[in-house]
Amino acid sequence: MSSWTWFHRLASPPSFFRLADRLAPWLGWIALALLAYGWINGLFFAPEDYQQKDAYRIIYVHVPAAALSLSLYVGMAVAGFVALVWRMKLAESALIAIAPVGASFTALALVTGMLWGKPMWGAYWVWDARLTSELVLLFLYFGVIGLWQAFEDPRAAARACALLAVVGVINVPIVKYSVDWWNSLHQGSTILKMGKPSITAAMAWPLFASVIGSYLFAGYVILRRLQNELLQREAGTAWVRELMGKSRV
Amino acid sequence: MNVILAVLTRELRLALRSRMDWLLPLLFFVMVVMLFGLGARPNDPVLAGFAPSILWVGALLSMLLTLDRLFRADYEDGTLEQLCLAEAPLTLTVAAKLTAHWLLTGLPLVLLAAPLAVALQLPAAGQPALVLGLALGTPVLSFVGGFAAALTVALPRAGLLLPLLVLPLLAPVLIFGAGAVRAALGGLDAAAPLYFLAAVLVLCITLVPWAAAAALRNAFE
Repeated sequence: MSSWTWFHRLASPPSFFRLADRLAPWLGWIALALLAYGWINGLFFAPEDYQQKDAYRIIYVHVPAAALSLSLYVGMAVAGFVALVWRMKLAESALIAIAPVGASFTALALVTGMLWGKPMWGAYWVWDARLTSELVLLFLYFGVIGLWQAFEDPRAAARACALLAVVGVINVPIVKYSVDWWNSLHQGSTILKMGKPSITAAMAWPLFASVIGSYLFAGYVILRRLQNELLQREAGTAWVRELMGKSRV
Repeated sequence: MNVILAVLTRELRLALRSRMDWLLPLLFFVMVVMLFGLGARPNDPVLAGFAPSILWVGALLSMLLTLDRLFRADYEDGTLEQLCLAEAPLTLTVAAKLTAHWLLTGLPLVLLAAPLAVALQLPAAGQPALVLGLALGTPVLSFVGGFAAALTVALPRAGLLLPLLVLPLLAPVLIFGAGAVRAALGGLDAAAPLYFLAAVLVLCITLVPWAAAAALRNAFE
């Protein structure tokens, strides 16, 4: 079992806190660089779409936000599963750290989609499979956050949230494949499909950069939130007191 | 099997002695439908088009009313703790309790929906799909709602939180349930959405008791 010691060390709050402290600035700066490249190129230098003109440029925010809304839910459910099965405190904190970030990206995806929908579809909102299931996803995030805040004991709260997140994960494939399963008004994917993408390189590269940049940004925010969460939970333990003493807080 | 029977008979006997507990949600269901009728223009033909969603939303809401009470009384008088400690597997006990909940709230709603659909002037073609859909969908409401009730059983004011937890999870049931009626009204085969509801029901019966039992255990830790 000696090969698993790194895993146990990683799962202990103090060593994870230190690792996160070293990792977070890297994620943050690389995210900033990629987002700057992606958004400046996407918003100013990428060619116009032949049909949607300049309105298509919202994909540089919308696509990353929508992808993150699903990925973060899966991440939250995986953290919940780990928290339930192995009772790992770090996973419980991770679940709580992810939920508001995921909710924010889901809301961002919905709002940017609505702003794009008005000029393109002529309506801010249509009751369509993709839009509705994304809205349901937002409510699932709200459910986890609401449940978390209703409990007083953080461990009981985390396990209840974990159960809810794991049960709710059934919505993720519905959102992901809603465009393929139902004849949705929402357009299908242009980038991530087999073979040749139906998007020109001058549009695609900034998009890839903004997607990866957004993932790294989410990673940065989650690590920082997780650090806060760990500090609050472990307040009063020796390692937190030592850390706080050092940074003169 | 004995556990299931014992819990079932206990729940039904309790319900017989406090009739209001399961009659009130039915009255609520009738009143919701009545208010939709009153809110529309007299004899508005549009109402028939909305009948599937009115009936489904009414059923959802009146089941929602009963959820807070599902485990609460047993939690407060200590019965639930005994059930958690008992030798009989908690999963089975929970499954029996949820089945009893459906028998007391879901089944009457299904039976009541048919006359109410007539009152809303739903054409006869849509009736079987509505009743079948509700018969397949209301147990899902009981099971998923029971899971949410189990999650919040230790919380003093769960009533406000329950709709937020339950309704998003039940959105697919509403979509396919009302969709089956619309398909039947449009002269299409309603079998596909009904099969989907049946699949969701099977999934719920097999998986939800585990999750609900875990949630109840969590309340006592």
